[in-house]
Amino acid sequence: MAPLLEIKDLHASVGDTPILKGIDLIINTGEIHAIMGPNGSGKSTMSYVLAGRDGYEVTGGDILMNGESLLEMEADERARAGMFLAFQYPVELPGVGGMSFLRAAVNARRIDAGEKEVDQLEFVKMVRAKAKHLNINDDMLKRAVNVGFSGGEKKRYEILQMALLEPALSVLDETDSGLDVDALKVVSEGVNLLRDPQRSMLVITHYQRLLNHIVPDYVHILAGGKIRRSGGKELALEVEESGYAGINDAA
Amino acid sequence: MAATQKTIDALEEATGKYKYGFVTNIESDKAPKGLSEDTIRFISAKKEEPQWMLDSRLKAFATWQKMEAPDWAKLNIPPIDYQDIHYYSAPKTGGGPESLDEVDPELLKTYAKLGIPLDEQKVLAGVIAVDAVFDSVSVATTFRGELSKVGVIFCPISEAIREYPDLVKKYLGSVVPVGDNYFSALNAAVFTDGSFVFIPKGVRCPMELSTYFRINEANTGQFERTLIIAEEASYVSYLEGCTAPQRDENQLHAAVVELVAFDDAEIKYSTVQNWYPGDENGVGGIYNFVTKRGACRGDRSKIAWTQVETGSAITWKYPSCILQGKDSVGEFYSVALTNNCQQADTGTKMIHIGEGSRSTIISKGISAGRSQNCYRGLVRVQPGAENARNFTQCDSLLVGDKCGAHTVPYIVSRNPSGKVEHEATTSRISEDQLFYCQQRGISTEDAVSLIVNGFCKEVMKELPMEFAVEAQKLIGISLEGSVG
Repeated sequence: MAPLLEIKDLHASVGDTPILKGIDLIINTGEIHAIMGPNGSGKSTMSYVLAGRDGYEVTGGDILMNGESLLEMEADERARAGMFLAFQYPVELPGVGGMSFLRAAVNARRIDAGEKEVDQLEFVKMVRAKAKHLNINDDMLKRAVNVGFSGGEKKRYEILQMALLEPALSVLDETDSGLDVDALKVVSEGVNLLRDPQRSMLVITHYQRLLNHIVPDYVHILAGGKIRRSGGKELALEVEESGYAGINDAA
Repeated sequence: MAATQKTIDALEEATGKYKYGFVTNIESDKAPKGLSEDTIRFISAKKEEPQWMLDSRLKAFATWQKMEAPDWAKLNIPPIDYQDIHYYSAPKTGGGPESLDEVDPELLKTYAKLGIPLDEQKVLAGVIAVDAVFDSVSVATTFRGELSKVGVIFCPISEAIREYPDLVKKYLGSVVPVGDNYFSALNAAVFTDGSFVFIPKGVRCPMELSTYFRINEANTGQFERTLIIAEEASYVSYLEGCTAPQRDENQLHAAVVELVAFDDAEIKYSTVQNWYPGDENGVGGIYNFVTKRGACRGDRSKIAWTQVETGSAITWKYPSCILQGKDSVGEFYSVALTNNCQQADTGTKMIHIGEGSRSTIISKGISAGRSQNCYRGLVRVQPGAENARNFTQCDSLLVGDKCGAHTVPYIVSRNPSGKVEHEATTSRISEDQLFYCQQRGISTEDAVSLIVNGFCKEVMKELPMEFAVEAQKLIGISLEGSVG
């Protein structure tokens, strides 16, 4: 069986600047991988390239999901195929009600799969049940998407969407940034609740501390647009002690 | 960015999707083309009007002939040949129908296509009374019996001229005088039909009143005239919907709407305007030159205009409130969406005369394609308007990089106790917002529709429920393929 995600010698540029310079990575179903790296190593670029954001151009290699290339697919098609990105900086959508947004997202998948659109009442129940675990109250659900949310609320809202959409692969882009210890705990617990043998995650982070809460199966160190080292969770601790200095040379 | 260009191209392709662009195949009874005293006599005779009405029309015609078309709006209006228009067109079914059974089935089919609940059964199940105006005549006014029990008059204006001449004489032209502007004078000369509403003292109209306008005939102008009178402490909510078939030539629509509210009365007037906007090259479409004005004559009276405008090739429209009564209230909530080559110059006028009068203006303009969208508004505080207050919020959203948004607010305050606030923003749908939606599996088109509807939310929530749903869909359809 093909792995859930297979990245093959991936090169990508933003404008004329090459950022990713040959990434190879395989993620099997049920695995949690972490990508760590210093600022400017290409971590966020990698998440956008996977999600298919405009302006992030793949110049070489391939990305396969369940054996099929994603490169020709638009961002929304990739999302419906099971790719989820928890944003580092979720954007505000003024006036767009949270519930209608979440329902549009769930229905887009259902329509694609030839299923019936979700019943409104049933949907409200479903959202409330999942929101409870993330300390998201009704008031927050009624507000416009991300408008006036604190940093912690925005991140919890990302995880709520992840819980609702049940993606095969979740890419968490610096989910810990801007969170204090308590908020980090709530978010991590929300993520851990979604751990499942059928789901995989790619956790992108600068700091090791997130990986104390979301414990990965594999850790990769990204620097200068390439994966320099790969290992188990203990690799994260090693980076925590000695820093990223010297990683480039070690490759 | 590559995708942005791609989506703009998609926008430019996404025209010709005007779903109301069908023509109903009905024989019609038309006046010959051209405008003269004879045309006016013809219309007046067709309507079996009393002499005073004909005299008033002829006087208006004389006034109009001395006037010049306005050119101050930010609009590029090709010359209009007023002799090349039919000023009267009626479906050929004999006299006015007495009941739905007498209405041509073809017409009923048209209304079914438009989704109007004309069928008496459906209307009874719902809460709306409908007066449908097809080209120049009212073809059916539903639910009149029910309304007359509480003393509400809701009928075609042509009928009101015959049946309630005193009311019509007293109020017609009292808010928008004949010589107010070029198009109001034209309308006063040649108006063919429209609605008349009278809500007696203390009556809360038990249902929403609705008019549906449709221009069907080619080369036909539609000049409807609507008059709504709300006596002391009465309330009425009036809805107006407009469509026209897709045609290559331009059609003229020059309506006049007058509202009068007495002490403690409230009139809520909502419009969803979806006249054919022309094709992607600006060929065809309706010229919508409309004068709408309400007079808050009584103390604590209130008039609220809500409009969602997505249609017409050219829109020239400024629904206004004259706030004469003490503590009277004027409101204007507007969404104006232009795409392709559409042009809109629209806004409102709030004239504060009464002490403590208040007004609120919320305007949301959305420009896409190569369209030009201009908000033009006047807030005037007269010397006697102690403590008058106005709040204006004027937001523009740009979709793509070939369109224009313009804001022209005029503020004249002649009383030092008046408070006038004006807030304005101009924004663009950001690539970040679109990507965020797309990443959740929502297609670009649906994302644009979600974001634009979010942008318009403050206005949409002022629409009656059944209209709000239609208006939301309309915005989605009007923006199909557009991304910026």
